[in-house]
Amino acid sequence: MKIETEHFKQKADQAVQDAAMQGALARATQRFSLSRARVFQDLPEGEDLRTEAHGIKAEVMDHLEVYLEQLKTSAEALGVKVFRAQDGQAASRYIQDLIRVKQIKTVVKSKSMTTEEIDLNQDLGRAGTEVWETDLGEFIIQLAEEPPSHIIGPAIHKSQEEIARLFADRLGVPVYETPEELTMVAREFLREKYFQAGLGISGANFALAQTGTLVILENEGNARFCTTFPRIHVAVMGIEKVIPGSEELAVFLKLLARSATGQKSSTYVSLIRGPSRSAEGDGPEEVHLILLDNGRSRILRDPILRPSLYCLRCGACLNVCPVYQKVGGHTYGWAYSGPIGALIVPQYLGLLRARDLPMASTLCGACAQVCPVRIPIPDLLLELRRRIQEQGAAWGEKSIIRFWAALQKHPRWVQTFFWFIKKMAGLFPKRFPPGLTFPEKSFHQWWQDEKPD
Amino acid sequence: MDALYPQTARDLVSLLKKLGFRVDFPLEQTCCGQPAFNQGFFSQARTLAKRFLIIFDQAELILCPSGSCTAMVKKHYLDLFPQDPEWLAKARKTAGKIFEVTQFLHQFGLTEKIQSSFPFRVTYHDACHSNRILGIFQEPRDLLARTRGLQLIEMEFSDKCCGFGGLFFKKFPQISKAIGMDKVEAIKKTEAQWVVSNEPGCLMQIQSRLFERKIPIGIKHIVEILNASFPE
Repeated sequence: MKIETEHFKQKADQAVQDAAMQGALARATQRFSLSRARVFQDLPEGEDLRTEAHGIKAEVMDHLEVYLEQLKTSAEALGVKVFRAQDGQAASRYIQDLIRVKQIKTVVKSKSMTTEEIDLNQDLGRAGTEVWETDLGEFIIQLAEEPPSHIIGPAIHKSQEEIARLFADRLGVPVYETPEELTMVAREFLREKYFQAGLGISGANFALAQTGTLVILENEGNARFCTTFPRIHVAVMGIEKVIPGSEELAVFLKLLARSATGQKSSTYVSLIRGPSRSAEGDGPEEVHLILLDNGRSRILRDPILRPSLYCLRCGACLNVCPVYQKVGGHTYGWAYSGPIGALIVPQYLGLLRARDLPMASTLCGACAQVCPVRIPIPDLLLELRRRIQEQGAAWGEKSIIRFWAALQKHPRWVQTFFWFIKKMAGLFPKRFPPGLTFPEKSFHQWWQDEKPD
Repeated sequence: MDALYPQTARDLVSLLKKLGFRVDFPLEQTCCGQPAFNQGFFSQARTLAKRFLIIFDQAELILCPSGSCTAMVKKHYLDLFPQDPEWLAKARKTAGKIFEVTQFLHQFGLTEKIQSSFPFRVTYHDACHSNRILGIFQEPRDLLARTRGLQLIEMEFSDKCCGFGGLFFKKFPQISKAIGMDKVEAIKKTEAQWVVSNEPGCLMQIQSRLFERKIPIGIKHIVEILNASFPE
């Protein structure tokens, strides 16, 4: 995926003009966030569960290496091959080696933001492997050759009409009018691919350190298909996704689907415990678990920003974010968008490279209010802003803030400044917010003149 | 507030006097430093925070007709002095005695002492920092409910951001406008005559967007309503 975080402003200005996208985004995000609000209303312990989930994540992050070692041991005991990948390249190379050794031609994938992060599809495609995304949204954006625009709804920015035209264009089918027909097209097309595929790649929502179990939540059944039908299953998971055991999983299962889509539970919850045992008639012969670091250890070492790693990738913060709703996911310029993207993208790619992202927030706090693990996103964005200005404040902005701060030390100068602004607003009204009227006297002036006590 | 909406501050003085308070306004005061803080310029914010803490050190109670400025002093001043126990203690002390107006009236049991009348249809915008940092929601509604003649019509998503965001509106004017337009559409649907809030920044944004859309709805700070005595 091309990294375009530097072009946030231009892309945002274009995006706010895109009426079709605005409509699609508004409908989808509103549906998600209203459903979320509704299911949380029916869950009186919801707020306590969020606090508990935060606590579990904090505990795991404080001892991450211990949990990862435990996970490795218990997964290996189930027959899973565990590989710790330092970065995307290492993960990609591991998979490519596997493809070569096992002479695999076709790969099916279920939705995984982690593989988007490391651009796995491009790598595999370049090496000559046929890769198919099987999640409907991911399949749509694969055909459109676009990155995902939302963590759980990758094609959320597209209208139904657009998708119908895309399918007709790419798959040679008629321009269908109903979602059912369109889904059927994808279903029939992908069914063949499952049969051809020698390898299924998935992400993982959780991995249980105590038992080695991988947990995947989904609604379409495609992830279960990808992880059970092909001979080999590779799960790619960020190291932060490990949790202690099933007791903790119970907490997260109550929160994740509710936060993501407003469902009480996802349609499919798969608990994967290693490859098929000889007595079982189905399931993959091999299961590989890639534990991806890719910058996560660096974030882990930063005690202030560490809660960024608590994220479950539910997308709830995107659905309530006024900025995301207006600019859409692509504007953020990398795999992750919305409030969580503004928080983690600069940490992965470099603060100055993605410097607009933490700034592009009104700090309204709607994200923190819905986050299932209570990441204090606005506070952490403020911390990123502080570091960005420390590392490389733009000269112009720094001068203005310095001038302004110096001015504030002198109440009389501030009054003179107000007078000056008022004059300027008279001369150059276009440079000022429209519809405002400047009163005769400031409050300072009035108090001084009237001495109302 | 000082330059654009001085009437609000004047109404606050008048309201507090009616309630029997002695009001002082230290003329040395300027900005609390939030714009610098929000842009990541902590050292400039710290300088202004210290200034504020010195000026208001002796005050018994500090009232502020903005939830955002209140939240800055109540919450973020504490973030500015993590390694400085002396100033942190000062910040804590001040944090305990600064109040946003509606929350103050509620916590000190003054809501019922207010005699105001404002015989118009009104809709209320919940400012983000008031709502999500200070936890204000019911307070302004209780106050408005007691105002004679006033009819409160709730807008859709009253707690959704108006898009102002401090310097955000300068840095990302297009996004800010687009968000603001949704807000004024929600306001328009209520057919209210006035949109009310406790946040001058939001009111400025809403005023501009209403003007651009040519929607004839006025803006009022809640303090102006609480001090109003329109004949019914």
